[in-house]
Amino acid sequence: MEYQAKTNSINAHLDTPAAPKKTPFQEFWLLFRQNRMAIIGMVIFVLFFLTAFCGLLLTSGTDPLFDPSLVRLQEKLLPPMAKPNPQTLPPESFPTLGIYLFGTDDLGRDVFARMLQGAWVSLTVGFVAVGIAVVIGIFMGGIAGYFGQHRIRLDHLVLVMGMTTGAFLYSFQGLKWGAALLIAGHVYIFLLVGRRLLTGRSQLPPALRGLQMNTFSVDTLIMRLVDIMLCFPSFFLILTVVALLPASIYNIMIVIGLTSWMGATRFVRAEFLSLRELDFVDAARALGVGNIRIIFRHMMPNAIAPVLVSATIGIASAILTEAGLSFLGFGVPPPHATWGNILSDGKRFIFDAPWLTFVPGIAILIVVLAFNLFGEGLRDVLNPKLRDRH
Amino acid sequence: MLSFIGRSIIQKAVTLFFVSVISFLIIHLAPGEPSQVDPLNPKFTPEMVERFRKEFHLDKPLYVQYLYFYRDLLTGRIVSWKDNQSVLQKIWERFLNSLPLFIVGTILTWTLSFPVGIRSAINRGSPFDRSSTFVSYLLISIPGFFFAYVLIILVVTRLQVPVIGMETFGMGDAGPFSIAMDRIWHLLIPSVLGATGGIAVLSRYVRGQMLEVEGQDYVRTAKAKGLSSDDVHYKHALRNALLPFVTMFGMILPGLIGGSVIIESIFSWPGMGRMAYEAILARDYPIILTVNFISAVLVLIGTFVSDLLYLVVDPRIRL
Repeated sequence: MEYQAKTNSINAHLDTPAAPKKTPFQEFWLLFRQNRMAIIGMVIFVLFFLTAFCGLLLTSGTDPLFDPSLVRLQEKLLPPMAKPNPQTLPPESFPTLGIYLFGTDDLGRDVFARMLQGAWVSLTVGFVAVGIAVVIGIFMGGIAGYFGQHRIRLDHLVLVMGMTTGAFLYSFQGLKWGAALLIAGHVYIFLLVGRRLLTGRSQLPPALRGLQMNTFSVDTLIMRLVDIMLCFPSFFLILTVVALLPASIYNIMIVIGLTSWMGATRFVRAEFLSLRELDFVDAARALGVGNIRIIFRHMMPNAIAPVLVSATIGIASAILTEAGLSFLGFGVPPPHATWGNILSDGKRFIFDAPWLTFVPGIAILIVVLAFNLFGEGLRDVLNPKLRDRH
Repeated sequence: MLSFIGRSIIQKAVTLFFVSVISFLIIHLAPGEPSQVDPLNPKFTPEMVERFRKEFHLDKPLYVQYLYFYRDLLTGRIVSWKDNQSVLQKIWERFLNSLPLFIVGTILTWTLSFPVGIRSAINRGSPFDRSSTFVSYLLISIPGFFFAYVLIILVVTRLQVPVIGMETFGMGDAGPFSIAMDRIWHLLIPSVLGATGGIAVLSRYVRGQMLEVEGQDYVRTAKAKGLSSDDVHYKHALRNALLPFVTMFGMILPGLIGGSVIIESIFSWPGMGRMAYEAILARDYPIILTVNFISAVLVLIGTFVSDLLYLVVDPRIRL
């Protein structure tokens, strides 16, 4: 009887693990919770997300609840919290809240409704631009880090460069030369493939073997591309491209994304270079796991932390860039409000109507600050050097 | 050493070539033609457009235009499409206007961020450290144009000094002292604005470097053998923490061009950033491309100089 009770208790003891078992997320949360500024950043981030989403719902459509484009000329430049004047304003143009929470602008439009509408633009620009940058960065960095030591063969290099130049020439001006380059490229591909199918050999005859000489590695190619991109003054480049292209929010997202992938590429490459030497990758390869699965299932989860951190901070700087572009008058075409162009419209009235500067300015400041604090908090928590202390 | 210099010069020349090709393609493949920028202008008859296209080789294929353009740029004969003046001459004039902004901004950045960063690293976790951390996040996050207006409102309403432009117009009969003060006020606000981001980032970086060095064994040894805390912090720790900043001297150079577009257009400062902005609006391709090319050259020279400096300063690096 007593013996039975004893074994039971021993078994019960063995069943409960000695150390408290925590999922990685719980561990992350435990550390993250201690960083007060990061928590504040995260709360603001969530609030901003909700605001932007509600703003999209409440201000779009033909008869929105908050109308950001309703012009009331008799009510222009009213300070925040001002009440509309019922003598001059027909009741159907009253603001939904009964007062102008953030005042009105020089056309009597409700700044609160315009801010709501602009929140969505800031949010999507930030996320889509950084999304594009991260996808390109992971792709390029992954190739450079994982397949980096492969050398490019001379004939492949010449082929790709020739075909690209040909395609460019063909689609723009030099039709003849472009077509000639494209045809030459295709002939070469058909000859190579045909030869391999017919004779089963992929090597060229000895006389032409010089063409298959190895040149530089894939890694060199991608890293030089990163160097080239880093040579451009980024804001000036974005400004140039956005000014030349037709005004649209999508162009801004794409251009910001295409000019900011270099950081993510470097992070992923560096992580991959160290991860690919580790035992678990060798083990996976020995088990016959394919390259794609090794990259995405085994290596990427271990390499993603610095990318996430830089993406969070990248969102902050993308929002700032978009606001700067709107401020200079590029980007979303005028009737649509963005925080940058509310501020830009208000700059003529900075002494008479300072709220037109302060409301959007402080909103941008708070959102960008929240993203920066959240990103720095993530960096501290995801840093394994700091994790060991707890 | 010589082989390192030779290799990196070749590498940078190749990079520069690709930068020139890519920037040329971006500009010229964008929709719209520079000759049609002002279709409503009655002076722009079709014959004029044709003459314009011929004059600036716009009727030639793209690669011929590329060769013409860079031949003109490298021989210094390149002219603006808008007023037919030498581009290099125009850039040089604007550069001289931007230079004081840049110099004052750089001096502010480097003299402010080091004391702040070192002090927050030495007193880690103190109220000073925490408040300087928060302020630097605030400065990183504040949109430059918004901060500019806040400063304008403050300075103009509280101190009653004008700040827009390079100098107050029509001060011909004022004394030399008031002219000098006027110039300084006009210079100060845009330079402070240009420096805010730099101060915030650099002071965080100084703090991080200093913290890392303070955790090293030799600093503990220095403390253990009873050196005064000034000796430990400033002789043993700081000198080693300074190493990475040597490379940042090289990275100052590109700042000569980038980043000043918004501030210069708010303050109507006739500098390079504003010229570039106006050139973009007017589709004056020679100016845009030349500014782009010069700034790429500056970036490459900057990285080259910082590599060399690192080589000289850090005995552990041998190539």
